[in-house]
Amino acid sequence: MDKEFIEIRWHGRGGQGAITAAKIVASAAFASGYAGVVMAPTFGTERRGAPVMTSLKISKTKIYDLSPIETPDIVVVLDHLLLKETDVTHGLKKGGIIVLNTPVAFESYGFKDFKLAIADITAISVEAGLPHGMVNTGIIGSLEKGTSLLGIDILIKGIEEEFKTRNPQKNSLAARIAYERTRVGG
Amino acid sequence: MHIIENGNAAAALGVKLCRASVIAAYPITPQTPLTEKLSEYVERGDMKAEYIPVESEHSALAVCIAASSAGARVFTATSANGLLYMHEQVQWASGARLPIVMCVVNRAVGAPWNIWNDQQDSISQRDTGWIQIYCADHQQIIDTVIKAYWIAEKVSIPIMVCYDGYILSHTFMPFDLPDQEKVDAFLPPFKPDYALRPEEPANLNTVTLPDVRMDVHGELAHSYMEIRYLLQEELRTTLAVAADAEKRFAEIFGRCGDPYIESYRCDDADHVAIGLGSLTYQLRVSVDALRKEGIKVGVMGVRFYRPFPDEAIASALKGKKTIIVFEKALSYGYEGALTSDLKSALYEHLAGTGNLPSVQNFIVGIGGREIRTDDLTQMFRTATLGRVSREPTWIGLKL
Repeated sequence: MDKEFIEIRWHGRGGQGAITAAKIVASAAFASGYAGVVMAPTFGTERRGAPVMTSLKISKTKIYDLSPIETPDIVVVLDHLLLKETDVTHGLKKGGIIVLNTPVAFESYGFKDFKLAIADITAISVEAGLPHGMVNTGIIGSLEKGTSLLGIDILIKGIEEEFKTRNPQKNSLAARIAYERTRVGG
Repeated sequence: MHIIENGNAAAALGVKLCRASVIAAYPITPQTPLTEKLSEYVERGDMKAEYIPVESEHSALAVCIAASSAGARVFTATSANGLLYMHEQVQWASGARLPIVMCVVNRAVGAPWNIWNDQQDSISQRDTGWIQIYCADHQQIIDTVIKAYWIAEKVSIPIMVCYDGYILSHTFMPFDLPDQEKVDAFLPPFKPDYALRPEEPANLNTVTLPDVRMDVHGELAHSYMEIRYLLQEELRTTLAVAADAEKRFAEIFGRCGDPYIESYRCDDADHVAIGLGSLTYQLRVSVDALRKEGIKVGVMGVRFYRPFPDEAIASALKGKKTIIVFEKALSYGYEGALTSDLKSALYEHLAGTGNLPSVQNFIVGIGGREIRTDDLTQMFRTATLGRVSREPTWIGLKL
């Protein structure tokens, strides 16, 4: 993906690590030459299990507008059950993409106007040796597969750096497997 | 080296680089992560400082006042009701002429309870005799903390480094982390003219009578009025010291700007928006949008709010048609405090010249109400057509 300005909205649950995932992507984007990177968590309502959102803006030039994303190019959803609780497609640009962690078959989803990239990150992460429910590194593999955002190598490097004291290899393996198995279409 | 961190981390790293030796703070949202970071640095031994946990903000500043009087470089930080709770000590710190640096992570004040951003907290402390500097991004936060110690220690006046809660404190963005050696070159160790020593007990700031009198050495000593006059006098000369700080900072770090204001596309503008903090960067996006429509607009961020750089601001606004002041606080019962200050500066420097712009005041983002850039652009456009109201206009109000 080579765009001047990309807006990514992350949907997860408190404690799932959406902010860490967005931070890894932010750092990788900056290292790839995007001078403007702004990651803004939603504030004040975070608690374990509750739906949370994080905004990530990536730009070739410095970003002066820190207000929340209204029309994302990409939405990343760390838990498919959030689809029932939140309208994750709200404001998503036509032709935008939804990156989704789900065990449900690709065919059961029908998002008009949007592309979809899915993988069962929960299962993949366990396969990679991570504790059950740790999905914030695997989802980065799906994001890259669905969007060709920055290239998988720089993201893997970022994951291993962020998790250097906490199972770096298992976390990057989860992203690699997810990258290979993500199904994209729509 | 550039790193990506949030605004609270930028402030904490600045304090660490400045080698503050005493930190006392009480946690309050959205300041909490800043003091947590500092306590981690001290705990890990990354910072050789005394971290003093206290039971309130009032005590936090009291500890800083005592430690600063004993010659320590001190730091504290707070937000909203925490700042209001330390108000008595805030006044004391400036009266006692102590070079304390405090971050105010701007948040709305109760009642009713609200943890989100506006700037009523620090604006309500405008008249306490502290220097107030507002930051618009993380680079400004870390750089301002470093400059603040240099300025404060030169003039013996405390400084509030203000930045927007959440919008800056919790948002991650890249910024350059200055080298320790450069900070050491910029900021020498704190050597006060006088410091308390246990072996030489002394009373400080005891009762002053309405008139001057002889001190214990038989010399005529300043009374309250002289001491307070000197605070005002030296606050005004701080403007020149801030310019020195900027020059010195530029020589060592290679970054510089106007010490008082930050203008964007103002030179040929007919209409200029003014504000404090991150809002002035958001307004740049509105400026670009309106310029595309052919409307000559610009935006000015006031970085140095106290002492007020009246001359710099008035001369930059000379000949403009409209000034639109966007504020996240107000002097209840009248208008935004910055609006009043601005009108006063314009009157002082431009009255009778035929160059007095009209001034419009917009109130935005109170209690964290989302400030949509499209709304800012729309209000800005409307204001260029003529003054909307004599009273402050609240944007985004749902009544």
